[in-house]
Amino acid sequence: MLSRTAENLFWIGRYMERAETMARLLEVGARIALLPSVGHGYRSEWDSLLQASGTAAGFAAKYGDPVQRNIESYLFFDRDNPSSVASCLERARENGRIVRTALTSQVWDALNTAFQELRQLERQPRSELDLGRMTEWTTRHTAMMRGAIEATQLRQDGYDFLGIGYNLERADNTARLTDVKYYVLLPRADFVGSGLDTFQWTTLLRAMSAQRAFHWAYGGAFTAAKVMHFLILNPACPRALITSAKATTDHLDRLAQRYGQATTAQDRARAQLDALRATTVEAIIDEGLHEFLTRFILETGEIAQSVHDTYLSGEAR
Amino acid sequence: MILSVSHVTQYRYGSPVRSLVQSLRLTPSVFAGQRVIDWAISVEGASRGASFRDGAGDLVESWSLRGPAEAVVVRVEGRVETTDLNGVLQGHRETVPPEVYLRATRPTLADAAIVVLARQVADQGGEPLALAHRLSAAISEAIAYRPGVTHAHTTAAEALAQGEGVCQDHAHALIAAARVLDLPARYVSGYLFSDAEGDAHEAAHAWAEIRLPGLGWVGFDPANRCCPDARYIRLASGFDAQDAAPIRGIARGMVPGAGGESLDVTVAIQSVQQ
Amino acid sequence: MADSIFNEMYDDGRVRPPYARLEDWVRAMPAALRAMKQAEAEALFRRIGITFAVYGEGGDPDRLIPFDMFPRVFTQGEWLRLERGIKQRARALNAFLLDVYGRGEIIRAGRVPARLVYGNEAYEKAVVGFRPPRGVYSHIVGIDLVCTGPGEFFVLEDNCRTPSGVSYMLENREIMMRMFPALFREMRIEPVDGYPELLRQTLASVAPARCEDEPTVVILTPGHFNSAYYEHSFLADLMGVELVEGADLFVENGLCYMRTTEGPRRVDVIYRRIDDAFLDPLCFRPDSMLGVAGLMDVYRSGGVTIASAPGAGVADDKAIYTYVPEMIRFYLGEEPVLRNVPTWQCAKPDDCAHVLANLGDLVVKEVHGSGGYGMLVGPKSTRAQIAAFAERLRAEPGKYIAQPTLALSACPTFVAEGVAPRHVDLRPYCLVGEQTLLVPGGLTRVALSEGSLVVNSSQGGGVKDTWVLAE
Repeated sequence: MLSRTAENLFWIGRYMERAETMARLLEVGARIALLPSVGHGYRSEWDSLLQASGTAAGFAAKYGDPVQRNIESYLFFDRDNPSSVASCLERARENGRIVRTALTSQVWDALNTAFQELRQLERQPRSELDLGRMTEWTTRHTAMMRGAIEATQLRQDGYDFLGIGYNLERADNTARLTDVKYYVLLPRADFVGSGLDTFQWTTLLRAMSAQRAFHWAYGGAFTAAKVMHFLILNPACPRALITSAKATTDHLDRLAQRYGQATTAQDRARAQLDALRATTVEAIIDEGLHEFLTRFILETGEIAQSVHDTYLSGEAR
Repeated sequence: MILSVSHVTQYRYGSPVRSLVQSLRLTPSVFAGQRVIDWAISVEGASRGASFRDGAGDLVESWSLRGPAEAVVVRVEGRVETTDLNGVLQGHRETVPPEVYLRATRPTLADAAIVVLARQVADQGGEPLALAHRLSAAISEAIAYRPGVTHAHTTAAEALAQGEGVCQDHAHALIAAARVLDLPARYVSGYLFSDAEGDAHEAAHAWAEIRLPGLGWVGFDPANRCCPDARYIRLASGFDAQDAAPIRGIARGMVPGAGGESLDVTVAIQSVQQ
Repeated sequence: MADSIFNEMYDDGRVRPPYARLEDWVRAMPAALRAMKQAEAEALFRRIGITFAVYGEGGDPDRLIPFDMFPRVFTQGEWLRLERGIKQRARALNAFLLDVYGRGEIIRAGRVPARLVYGNEAYEKAVVGFRPPRGVYSHIVGIDLVCTGPGEFFVLEDNCRTPSGVSYMLENREIMMRMFPALFREMRIEPVDGYPELLRQTLASVAPARCEDEPTVVILTPGHFNSAYYEHSFLADLMGVELVEGADLFVENGLCYMRTTEGPRRVDVIYRRIDDAFLDPLCFRPDSMLGVAGLMDVYRSGGVTIASAPGAGVADDKAIYTYVPEMIRFYLGEEPVLRNVPTWQCAKPDDCAHVLANLGDLVVKEVHGSGGYGMLVGPKSTRAQIAAFAERLRAEPGKYIAQPTLALSACPTFVAEGVAPRHVDLRPYCLVGEQTLLVPGGLTRVALSEGSLVVNSSQGGGVKDTWVLAE
């Protein structure tokens, strides 16, 4: 497969996943903002959300103070924000148009329909659009796309590049979403275990459509340790870091086997997965959740770089 | 005359380049006025690719290099036995029809001043050969040799207006003027042996050739007010300087703003004792 | 003028035989059904993403070209004659190209002026003396034809570089077959869907002699911003070959490679959809970002085939066009089957004077123009427009040629009021490789506004499916 085609597929995966995350982030933010302010206030909650999505600087430059409505526009529609839902969908579709023939017609349809509907959505007055509808619309389309890929794409290298894109992005995003919780949650150590703490964890789970799954898996009350285990170390959770790491490793293993060549990307992904398998929630808390997540995000970036160097750059011989 | 050539061109890059491709026309032309005794081209760290003789008779060689590389050195070493043919390109095999060289390119486009200059020379009448000589002399008069006042993209019209330039400008102007008179003309790049008297300007040199009825292609060097003789080594031809460039190359993966490309050329031509 | 127009469906009020079945078809189709079908066709086009402008015409890449459901029909007899003429022309154009980059016999023989060829911007010095595999320069020849009466065809222009629009020929048929299967069952229409495979075979047949295995063919596109990107991607898909951009290719050791996830893979034949000037920054425009550095050196030394060959454009120049009948006689020893439109070369003072005196009756085109821009349609222009054009013509006569306005045939076309005749042209795509091949069909373009002669999609033109009936 052309390296450029692989690159386009990889980015379709990344952008679709990122679009979904942005929508979920907005939902988390909106719910957290419904809370009575606890000492540090409304403003810093939205701040942390922008921080976690890596869009704080861009937003500040354009709007200054974080006002919810502006944040919604910025994270959803704004083309100046390369991570906005609209930017991501548009770029995913553009990548798809370039490699149109590497996609099945169902996958193209899903991608193209999302894009066409987005254009209609943008024509509607903002006052008629509530946040819930926007996030629901986004997750519906990203799910349709994912479904079309799973149901119709040939299990060839192209499928693996899509999968690697999706899973690296998901790993990165789950880590970032969890980090939002960190930023918002720990204003003071004595909040841990409080009603507020629980509310925030619930919100996070809800944003990941994982609230019921959590109950099914753990039963009983929310505790920080349980939620952390669920989102990081439980292979049954579809958004857990370990689940994404496993999927990335599997895709890379298949590629290496298909091409008859072991790669550094494979080694790195495997090392990350093994480390997750070996660790515990206690160990993570000891290291510090934020520190752990930061390190994980960095490692994920390195795996992406290896994938790029090995397969996507076209420089490998 | 036996001339020995040592020509080293070094490109340095502000940031390492990923890869580099060059197309070289650095081998002396095959014609009655010159015979290669030995000749070697090398590009450090690169591999030699496609090679062929083109329709204009030039030997083209491709080289490619896999980076990262911070510098590339093109080295030419060789000896050529030359004979003075009064500028006539005798016995040169080429298949490009002369009419092709009636086409103007940006640097060789004649403006009103060049048209006037050419017409004035033509009005004096005479055989095409005499006319060509007078045309070359008129360009020598109109453009004084002065390095540093023109650059790689200066056009014939600009050089004439300025009244100063280097061999590239002389050649462009002569080509433009000859085409005004419906004489096919082209740019030639090569080497020039500068003897002790020091009347020759540049070792890596350029001049023009004009197609004359009965004689074929004849070289004129307005920069030195003469026709190419045994001191000249002819390498390649083209519509203009860019088209006749002995070295053309493109580097991939240059970082914009990282210092770009710098060039260092040394050419030594010596007359070998027989 | 209306009286003299040949209507391809009706002759003296009677339906011409190839259209007999279609008359019933139209009559049996109520307006509501028609509208539904039309909407269906449009939805199909949009869905498959065939939204592009014909090359060189510019325009919004997401724009749909109007599709007219009323097919244009040729009998087998009509087509056989056309086929003979098209293949003859394609062969002569290739013979001409091989000749003018070789010994130049036609010029030595005084049949074509040397300056017209050698002085032409499209004459490529870099390939002089090079003989491409099988001696073919133009592997896909698109010939634009118009009809003025039963069996009376004129060639408007030749396209030897990279004629576009063939994806419409294929998609139009696909959509017609989906929407009106009954017509296809009854009318026995020659298929065109073999085209992509024939194109692939044609390209594979001109692989360099050095290529010993099954040749690797690719399509080189300027990229997804290009208005014809859909066509490039569509053809690559149907041919089962990679669609590459310049940056996907590189040269090394005298060969051309593409960058793949498994490392470099050798490329043998490049069907390029970019212009000569952008092919190789080392040889042509140094600022080209679309091409491949060093490609021309590899091509010239026989390491890769480029189709169409660089330099092929000199054969389809509008000034050279006049000499195509001469080429047919010179190289093939045959009389031309298809006629040229009489053409005045404004570069010639006598011709120019004639053109200036008769601007109101003539069509004047730029020699190097395309897409219907920069042209004057005398009978459709106001006095002021004609006067303004005359100024431009006087200033640069060499830029223009002129032709009489032909009474282009008209085909029944769906319009708001029902069915009405509209002017059409035809572009068949002739393949030249080991064999000279032509699929029975082509792209019919139709001028959708009443009386208009301009079929270019950028100026209100649409497309139709083109049928050739089996015996």
